[in-house]
Parts: sequence; C-alpha cells; structure tokens
Amino acid sequence: MRVGVVTFPGSLDDVDARRAVAVAGGEPMRLWHADEDLRYVDAVVLPGGFSYGDYLRAGAIARFAPVMSSVVQAARGGTPVLGICNGFQVLCESHLLPGALIRNDHRKFVCRDQELVIENSTTAWTGGYAAGQHLVVPLKNGEGGYVADDVTLDRLEGEGRVVARYVGQNPNGSYRSIAGVSNERGNVVGLMPHPEHAVEELTGPTTDGLAFFTSVLRATVDA
Amino acid sequence: MTETVKDAEATPDVEQPYRELGLKDDEYARIRDILGRRPTSSELAMYSVMWSEHCSYKSSKVHLRQFGEKQPPTDALLVGIGENAGVVDIGQGWAVTFKIESHNHPSYVEPYQGAATGVGGIVRDIMSMGARPVAVMDPLRFGPADAADTRRVLPGVVAGIGGYGNCLGLPNIGGEVVFDPSYAGNPLVNALCVGAVRHEDIKLAHASGAGNLVVLFGASTGGDGIGGVSVLASETFDEHGPAKRPSVQVGDPFMEKVLIECCLELFAADLVVGIQDLGGAGLSCATSELASSGDGGMRVWLDRVPLRDATLRPEEILMSESQERMCAVVTPDRLDAFLDICARWDVQATVIGEVDDSRRLTVEWQGTVIVDVPPRTVAHEGPVYERPLARPTWQDALQADDPSSLPRPTTGEELRATLLDLVGSPNLADKSWVTDQYDRYVLGNTVLAQPDDAGVVRVDEATHLGVALATDGNGRFTKLDPYAGAQLALSEAYRNVAVTGARPLAVTDCLNFGSPEDPAVMWQFAEAARGLADACLALGVPVTGGNVSFYNQTGDVAINPTPVVGVLGVLDDVRRRIPMGFSAEGEVVLLLGATREELGGSEWAHHMHGHLGGRPPAVDLAAERELATLMAALPGVVTAAHDVSDGGLAMTLVEMALRRGIGAAVALPDDAFVALFSESAARAVVSVPSDLVADVERLASSYAVPLTTLGTTGGSTLAVDGLFEIPLDELRSAWQGTLPALFG
Repeated sequence: MRVGVVTFPGSLDDVDARRAVAVAGGEPMRLWHADEDLRYVDAVVLPGGFSYGDYLRAGAIARFAPVMSSVVQAARGGTPVLGICNGFQVLCESHLLPGALIRNDHRKFVCRDQELVIENSTTAWTGGYAAGQHLVVPLKNGEGGYVADDVTLDRLEGEGRVVARYVGQNPNGSYRSIAGVSNERGNVVGLMPHPEHAVEELTGPTTDGLAFFTSVLRATVDA
Repeated sequence: MTETVKDAEATPDVEQPYRELGLKDDEYARIRDILGRRPTSSELAMYSVMWSEHCSYKSSKVHLRQFGEKQPPTDALLVGIGENAGVVDIGQGWAVTFKIESHNHPSYVEPYQGAATGVGGIVRDIMSMGARPVAVMDPLRFGPADAADTRRVLPGVVAGIGGYGNCLGLPNIGGEVVFDPSYAGNPLVNALCVGAVRHEDIKLAHASGAGNLVVLFGASTGGDGIGGVSVLASETFDEHGPAKRPSVQVGDPFMEKVLIECCLELFAADLVVGIQDLGGAGLSCATSELASSGDGGMRVWLDRVPLRDATLRPEEILMSESQERMCAVVTPDRLDAFLDICARWDVQATVIGEVDDSRRLTVEWQGTVIVDVPPRTVAHEGPVYERPLARPTWQDALQADDPSSLPRPTTGEELRATLLDLVGSPNLADKSWVTDQYDRYVLGNTVLAQPDDAGVVRVDEATHLGVALATDGNGRFTKLDPYAGAQLALSEAYRNVAVTGARPLAVTDCLNFGSPEDPAVMWQFAEAARGLADACLALGVPVTGGNVSFYNQTGDVAINPTPVVGVLGVLDDVRRRIPMGFSAEGEVVLLLGATREELGGSEWAHHMHGHLGGRPPAVDLAAERELATLMAALPGVVTAAHDVSDGGLAMTLVEMALRRGIGAAVALPDDAFVALFSESAARAVVSVPSDLVADVERLASSYAVPLTTLGTTGGSTLAVDGLFEIPLDELRSAWQGTLPALFG
C-alpha cells in the first residue's frame, strides 16, 4: 500500500508523516511539489509546515504547485487525501474542503497535547476509530482557527462532515471547536492537529494518532 | 568613487574615520604597519568589524585559552574550539555538533527580529560543520517580570524564536526563562543548536586547492545589519547616500529552511570542499576566515554578489549581515552539479571568487583591486588585550551580607504559605506560556523536552542512539562568587543531563558579562572563565566552543555576571531515558546527595526578601561526578528523577508531582525549612518501585552518594509529615497562573 507524502519547499512534518505511514505498515512515497507525477500511490498526505513560507496566506501558493493539479484530480476520483495542519490549509485553498484557516484568536503560536473527539468514523482516514472516541495528539499551529459561514457549518454538521472537534479549551478559536472536516465523499480529510506525531510511545504523548494511517491502509484495501 | 589600493598608496595622508568604526589609534597604526600603507576604505571596514570585540575576542582571548590548556583528556572531541562549532563523537559512527551564542543587544533593540536571527545564526553555524540541525534551545533572561519594558521585550523575543524556529522545523527542546532586575535594559537572549553528522561527513571552513571556486548561495545581500560601516559610507564617501542603515538584521526563516535542505543535499552528493556561514561581519568574515584557514589565498569579485539594493557600496557589501547566506568552496568539475541542486531548491548561487596560491585575500570591484591583505591578519591575528582586573570593592561586603539573619518560616502554616508563594514566583512558575509557543514535536525525534531536566532527541532511529542537552546559569550565584558561580552553572547543566540517564560528554558556553573596560567586570569574567575551565577538567567534559557577550550594561551598572553553560550527553538507548515526573502511585521517593544550610543567592532569599548576599552553595565536583555515575546505573531501576536546584527540594517535589498529577507524602529532618529551600548542589530526587529500593541503596552506597528516604508517591496532594498538605490543584493554579497573568 503506497501512501505519497508531498514535500513543498517549507514542508516540515513530511518526514514524520512518512514515518507514521511506515509505522502503520504502509509504504511511504516521496512526492515533490514541482512534479505532477503521483507515482501510482493509493493515498496522499499533505504534511504540516510552512509551504512557501506561508507567504501571502497559508497554503495559498502551495495550491498552485504542479503536484496539486494531480492531487485535486486524484481526490475527485476518490483517492484518499489527508491534509494535516498546513496540508489542511492547502486543501481549503484548493477548494477540496470548505472553509478557511485563520490566525489563532489569541494571536500566538500554540504547541500542546490536545484532546479531541472523533465525530465521524466513516471517512477513509478515521475508519479505525469509534465515533465519540477521545484522543490526545499534538497540536501546533499559528493559523489554526477554522472558519466558515453559518450555512456551511450547519451543512457540515448536518452531513456528519465534522471529523473531529476539540475537547476542553478551544486552542485557536475554531468555530464550533472544529478540528477537522471532510468532503462529501469522505475520502478527503483536513485536520489541524498532528496525528503523525502520536504514533510512537517514545516520541508522542500517546499513540492515538496511528489509527488515521492504519485506517487508510484498510480503506484502500477494501476499495 | 570606490577607493582602490592604488588610491590608498597615492594618498597616504588622508584622514580615515577609524575611531568612528571602533578602532583605537594603536589598532589603526597596526593595520598601516601590516599593509605597509594606509588601508583602503574597504580594508578599513573589514578590519574594523573583524577586530571588533564580537569577532576577535580581543578582551577574552587570554582567558579563553584555559579551555584548551585545561582540556580534560578525552577522545570524544573530533573538532575543538576555533571552528564554527565543536564536534563530539557519540559512537556508532555518529557525531554531534552543538554551540550556544548570544543575540542580546539586537533582541533589546528589536525583540522579534533580534531573537529570530539569533536562532538563524546558530543554526547556520551547525550547518557549516556538515551537520543536519536536529534541535534548538533558548536560555532567556529578562528584567523584572512585572516591568513595563519586560512586557515589551519578552513577548517579542518569544514570538521571534517561535516564528523563526517553528518555520525551520527544528524542535525547541528546552532552555531557561529567568527574571532579575539586573537584566532590565539588558535582556540575555542566548540560542543553542545541536546537529547530527556521520563522522565521514564533517565539513570545515577551509578554502583549499588553488583553482577551486568560491560560491555564495542563499539570500541576496541587502543593507541590513551594517552597523558601524554606515559611518564610513555616509561620512566619508557619499554625503547623499542612504541614511544609517537599520543595524538589526531581518530574518526569512523560509529561506533558511530551504537553505538547510539544499545544503544537506550538497553535502550528501559530496560537492563541497569547505563551507562557511555568513553571520556577524558577513562576507568580510566568511572570506577572510575561509582564506585564513586554507592553504593559499583567495580572490573575490565583489561586484558579482547578488544585491537586494543596487545602491550598496562595496564597503557595505563586505559588511552586510543579511541573513540566510552561505559560502562554499567547490571544485570546478563539480560546479554544475552544485548549481543544479541549488536550482532544484530555488536557491540563488553565484561564483564570487576563487582560491589561489597568493596567500593574500584580494577583493576586486569593477576591475580594480580594493582589498589586498594577508587574510590571517584579518581573521585570526587581531589585537589581544590583557585588560586590567580588580576584585570589586563591594565584593567582601556582599559576601558578608549573609541570609542567615532573614526571617524564616517555621510553623507548618508558614512553610506552606512560603512554598505556595515561591511556586508562583516568576522564576519558578510554569513556563508553558513561553514554551507552548515553540514546536517541540517536529522531526519526530523528541524524547524529552521542557519542562524535563534536559531535552533528549533520538539521533538514530534504528539503534535508538540519542543525545541529552541542558543549559543552566545562575547570575546571582556568579555575582556572589564568580569562580564558584560558573562552576555551579556547569554542575547544574551536567546534573540535568545526568538525571535523564545520559553520560555527560562536552560543554558549550555563552559568557554574558558587562563591559570589559571595567576592571571589576573583567575580574568577574576572569574568575568565571577560570572556574569553568577548572570544573570542566574535574568533570572530564571539554569545552568545544561558545561565545562571549560583553557590554551587557546600562551606564555603569553591569548585569549579574551570567555564564550560561550547555552540557551535551549521550544516551546509547533513548528508550531508557529517565523522565522527571512521578509516574506511579506507591513508589518510594529518595533524595540523593547531601543537604546543607545554603541559602545565599537562593530563590527563597531573592523572592521572599529581595536579598542577594552571602556565599553561593558549595561546589562539590566530586559529588557531582559520583551522582552522575550513579544516575547512569539507574535507568530501568528508577521511574523518575529530577535535579534539585532553584527553589530547593520543595520545588523539585512540586514539579515531579505536577508533571503527571501524582502527589507524594514525605517526612523531613528536623530543620524542615532548610530541607525544603536550601539549594545545595549535587542532589537529585528519584522515585523507585518499592522492590527495587534495595538496589538503589546498594548502588548509592557503592558510589558514595548519600541517600535519604523521603516518603511515598501517591494521592492528590503534596504532604509534608506533621507540617502541611497542599492539594495538587492548588499548587497547579499557583504555578500556572503567574506568566499568563503577566503576559496575557
């Protein structure tokens, strides 16, 4: 099972995403921003970081990278795509997901171990969780406030497309404490916290994040 | 007109603004003597920055020599003092390079950019050894926590470190935040970086091999960070030129991140003969150091340097401290491959010179020679001063002002109130407000980070080899006794590394002091350097490099002398690291080491009484070494270990309990106040499953480490038998509330 991890200039957590894929039992593949070739991967991760320095607006330039035209096409064809942190921002900028991520309401970067609740366990990336399951995974962002208009938020909630919510203190001012959302089909998920940093007991606060990566391996087998 | 060497020869009597550039009369005379003529304006600019205190270490050199002369016998040191950073063998073919530097003055002027570029600079130092940077740390010191200026400086510094470091993708794994009135107007912003490299891949800043090319790559050169050279440009040459340039550099972390990845690909493809970062003194430093360390000379075509500002004059280009630039020496047959990798990362790269066998550094500008100097005289043979030293007249009175007469808490209720007060004091309170703005997870190799005693990162995923790093310094102890204070800084950092189960290996230091022209400050410096060198020898940990920051003073008042010491240790298997927090109920809590009545310079005296006087805790390097040897035998036996230092045993127990919310009940000897708040060195607290206590007792006795049984872990309070009991929630709210209340 080949999972591609895109490296943009300024990607930071690409190494970690590849490690998480490997720990989950998948084969991580490096994808390069300037290359449209997706190397026959079965799923794609857009990792965290500051692609292109987050200049202009987080994710705004990455969206135009050659690799993204292939990723958008693959996503529309049903290939599972997970955008983590900066990857979530890129997915919103690419209009694969609704809404936008803005600067944290407290105006500071925040790095903490964050409690989440999984609300939708039917996406390609969350099938290994139970709905209502609580996790603790690292969160680290400066522009992590999820915003959308009320109509969109109502629709996301109505269609079960809120994948995860923050539990306890809202760390960044996200509307309705939304930590992650999916597209209608459930193959594209954007998530502000970092499950790839919670896959090993040695380096993570928990191993709660691993199921994102095992879920997609199972989803792609089942598909 | 740009002044050429011929011009200088033709007009020997022209008045030059060397004083405005910070050169003394005799220094200027020496330059004339070296060159056999007056310097050109460009040469004068180069010498003035390279002979500055910051670059030449002219006041500190005679004292820093001790670090080499007293170097303990070690086979761990692969590259020692004098290169961009020291390199230490950690086994399995791996080496690590680490260094600490100051960015104090820029961070006061412009906190965000000053602190950000401090991170950027130290990271490039590590890269220039051929290493991949793997973590950063930031020891910080500010004026009083409630001072208006601290509210200006601290948030900017923290945001700058976070803004730059987070964007580079380097985990920030520790450091310090200390408040003291002596740092008001003189914050100390020190930055440490550690990198990992295979032995065979270590690079040096040497320009060797005539015909090899000098490539400048990274950002374009702009007018930032020029400082004193604007004097030269505006007063002597161009009355209508740009006004004084901003002298604080502006960082672009995205450029630096791309530069890191680009450099690592260049190293992996073996395309680099020598490499040097551009930091202080910019191209002047990079070209003269490369040429001086090589076996020949160097010719530089300065007009090829890509500019952000086309109006820059050659003197300014030579001095610019624009960030995110590196300089490499490349063989001509590898140049195309080198440029290809740079292009892949969209990194601009330009051949600006070549190595020759002239033994001169010549710089050309539009076909004329504007610099022609022996490179060693610029880079390595600057002035050396034996500054006058004098023990301060107030030193005896300060040491005589013992804290023994200060009122002490005696009843359980008083001790309880004192502990709660100290827990919430700015120096001892939770630092999450700061550290939560730093990414500690990126790269996925962080095993321990703040608030643990040391940061621990995994270096090799296959073998679990890793390193531990801690930085410490105590300006109050050093003011009371500079020799002992420097040794206590080393002792604490050494101990912090040891309590994680790591074997301490090597040292880097950042020596922050007032003006070297003040004999009292110079005495403090000399004593601290001597103390540190002696202690490094006694503990068997060599100094691998570091930095001196002088002139940290406002008017006549210097900061507390503050040597900040970083210790690096190795863990053969990071899975065996010992964390600091109690992790299970019903375990036995043991104190390792002896407690004496030592309250001089303590947090208790400082916070409760605003008192600084007496003697610092006694230094006992033999005891530190024994404790470290014992700790190395304890992974797998103890479940938690935490050093005893600021705030004494009381604070150690609070921190161990709050880490995972597991309390403890302890009994103390007769003088509970001394037991709780004394800051005697060479101590640590461990928790042990009850069936393994005998093992610890046996080991402690074999290493001659005193051991006291304190009590048991468990419950949701910290209880001191017969005296007081404090719910962890109450401790936590006192501990966590302080910094958010001050800084928002």
